[in-house]
Amino acid sequence: MNALPQQLVNGLLLGSMYGLVAIGYTMVYGIVQLINFAHGEIFMTGAFGALTVYVYILPNGTSMWVALPLMLIGAILVAVLVAVGAERFAYRPLRNAPRLAPLITAIGLSLALQQAVWAWYPDAKSARTFPQISGGPFHIGSVTIQTGDIFLLVAAPISMAVLGYFVMKTRTGRGMQATAQDPDTAKLMGVNTDRIIVIAFALGATFAAVGAVAYGLKYGQIDFRIGFILGLKAFTAAVLGGIGNIYGAMIGGVVLGIAETLATAYISNIPGMGKFGSQSWADVWAFVLLILVLLFRPQGLLGERVADRA
Amino acid sequence: MRQRSLIAITAALAAGALTLTACGSRSGDKGSSGSSGGTTVTIGVDAPLTGDLSAIGLGIKNSVDLAVNTANKQNYVKGVTFKIEALDDQAQPSSGQQNASKLVADNSVLGAVGPLNSSVAQSMQKVFDDAKLVEVSPANTNPALTQGTNWQKTKARPYKSYFRTATTDAIQGPFAAQYVYNTAKKKKVFVIDDKKTYGAGLAATFTEEFKKLGGQIVGTEHINPDTKDFSAVATEVKNSGAEAVYYGGEYPQSGPLSKQIKATGAKIPVVGGDGMYDPTYIKLAGSDSTGDLATSVGAPVDTLDSAKQFVANYKSAGYKEAYAAYGGYSYDSAWAIIEAVKKVVEDNGGKLPSDARAKVTAAVQNVSFDGVTGKVSFDEFGDATNKQLTVYAVQNGAWKPVQSGTYTG
Repeated sequence: MNALPQQLVNGLLLGSMYGLVAIGYTMVYGIVQLINFAHGEIFMTGAFGALTVYVYILPNGTSMWVALPLMLIGAILVAVLVAVGAERFAYRPLRNAPRLAPLITAIGLSLALQQAVWAWYPDAKSARTFPQISGGPFHIGSVTIQTGDIFLLVAAPISMAVLGYFVMKTRTGRGMQATAQDPDTAKLMGVNTDRIIVIAFALGATFAAVGAVAYGLKYGQIDFRIGFILGLKAFTAAVLGGIGNIYGAMIGGVVLGIAETLATAYISNIPGMGKFGSQSWADVWAFVLLILVLLFRPQGLLGERVADRA
Repeated sequence: MRQRSLIAITAALAAGALTLTACGSRSGDKGSSGSSGGTTVTIGVDAPLTGDLSAIGLGIKNSVDLAVNTANKQNYVKGVTFKIEALDDQAQPSSGQQNASKLVADNSVLGAVGPLNSSVAQSMQKVFDDAKLVEVSPANTNPALTQGTNWQKTKARPYKSYFRTATTDAIQGPFAAQYVYNTAKKKKVFVIDDKKTYGAGLAATFTEEFKKLGGQIVGTEHINPDTKDFSAVATEVKNSGAEAVYYGGEYPQSGPLSKQIKATGAKIPVVGGDGMYDPTYIKLAGSDSTGDLATSVGAPVDTLDSAKQFVANYKSAGYKEAYAAYGGYSYDSAWAIIEAVKKVVEDNGGKLPSDARAKVTAAVQNVSFDGVTGKVSFDEFGDATNKQLTVYAVQNGAWKPVQSGTYTG
């Protein structure tokens, strides 16, 4: 049986998740040139927000069709609250500091958030199970799609479309573009840049929260460390797609996801490469791809070559 | 140009961070113990008390605590009060080594129980051995720890201070292979491991025996333990036509792996070692895990007559966490150290000698007592002489023993 379609779907699903998280990296970077390393942990707190709604707020045995929208709201609320709080109390005071200061702050914040969930969330010291949508998998030809993955397949394109509309068509969205191009001039033209920056953090957190609910549904468990590796992968996806470009984040995510999946499945079939083909090598191949793309397109797949601001 | 260099720095940081998935150590809480004057002897405990493997680690800590409290209550060694010092290694070799140094530096420590992970043990053995401090692991199963890296050809014990109450993978892997081939009648197996000392060792010994029996390995794969996405691997398994999957590794990975393999439509059992034998596995793998198999060291603790007392005491002590896979072995490990301390103290006229650590290490080599898991004594390599194993299967959401036995070449 030809496994290629299934492997492509596997990669697409993994990549969509990377993409949803990558949007947060790319938006914040596009506007304040800050790599928000705590973004993976914002994703993680979103997942715990959704779990809280299901386990501690809703009555036992609530149907997933009722619970899912509420869990999504819970996830978004928690993630946005954490992201906006981080912006207000950790990053804003450092807005004019040398670039490395907010970067190190972000790494510190990332560790602090992990440890906070570890210490204070009930039973979060090991993995907690996430509610699942019942119903069997769907078969389309030779491809099997799990029920939990449907959410991701639907949510990722809708989120992208909404974000695209928001950034291109609305007044706030245009304000964001203006701030990204030149914050000082945007300010002079009457754009409230502080507000725009908060909105960028909040939007990024919203997408991370959608990704977090998708993660829970897909893998059935969450723990306090899920944001770390996923955050690094999403950051990689953002760079691959062209950091600062929202469509690039999604495309970078999908390319990265498919590259990892295909590397796992097929590299070992190449004669002499058997040793380098397993999943433990997939990350290596993904980064080889990243390096190759950056060699030929330093601005990333969709990034524009803009003059560096000194 | 500042932006470009910033990205370079960030990328370097990110790459560094990938390798240091979780660093830093957290000192665990100190165990409780009554004090009745005299000398205080500390038994160190090193296990993952937080993180993925904490369910097993906390069971180890509690069981050692129970052994120590029992000895104190019975006044088992006259003039000596035991206490425990439990440190968290987060299943990281680097944390384990720091913990070992910390225990060595504390003069009241005369022995240590732990760690859980073979890879952690590798980083601790030398630190303990240099200090002549005895270490008894309830759970390490990698043969090289006691028999040297060349254990398949020439056995040579690397460290005189290292002992274990658990059986090795050299027995566990082949035991599983015989069960899968002879009893479960599966002839085609897909072998997966996590590349860690424990998992890779187990997968290698399984593969060797399974091939020898005439079975066919239809595919091999090494997963990345940091991820939870095994969909690509699961699809490979499904397309390989395997009748069973053997996984060398632990439940935080094998749970989701089993779930994702079953989700592809491949209704085949996942078979693993003692690192999979934990209730959390069933929680993570979901309802489709029924029929999955795991081997574990020794006979089932709750069916042994010798273990009834332990199970009852553990319950009445009111520990929050279950004693898990290694509770009985942890109790026996701690008790082996207590027995050794007793012998050393009695030989020295009721006091601890000045070179107590070396004497205790020598005494552990010769202990022999009826423990929770049966007769406890060690062979010339420091391995347990009790080589019993049990196959467990998931039935109705719990591990049920299906076959016990000893492996014979």
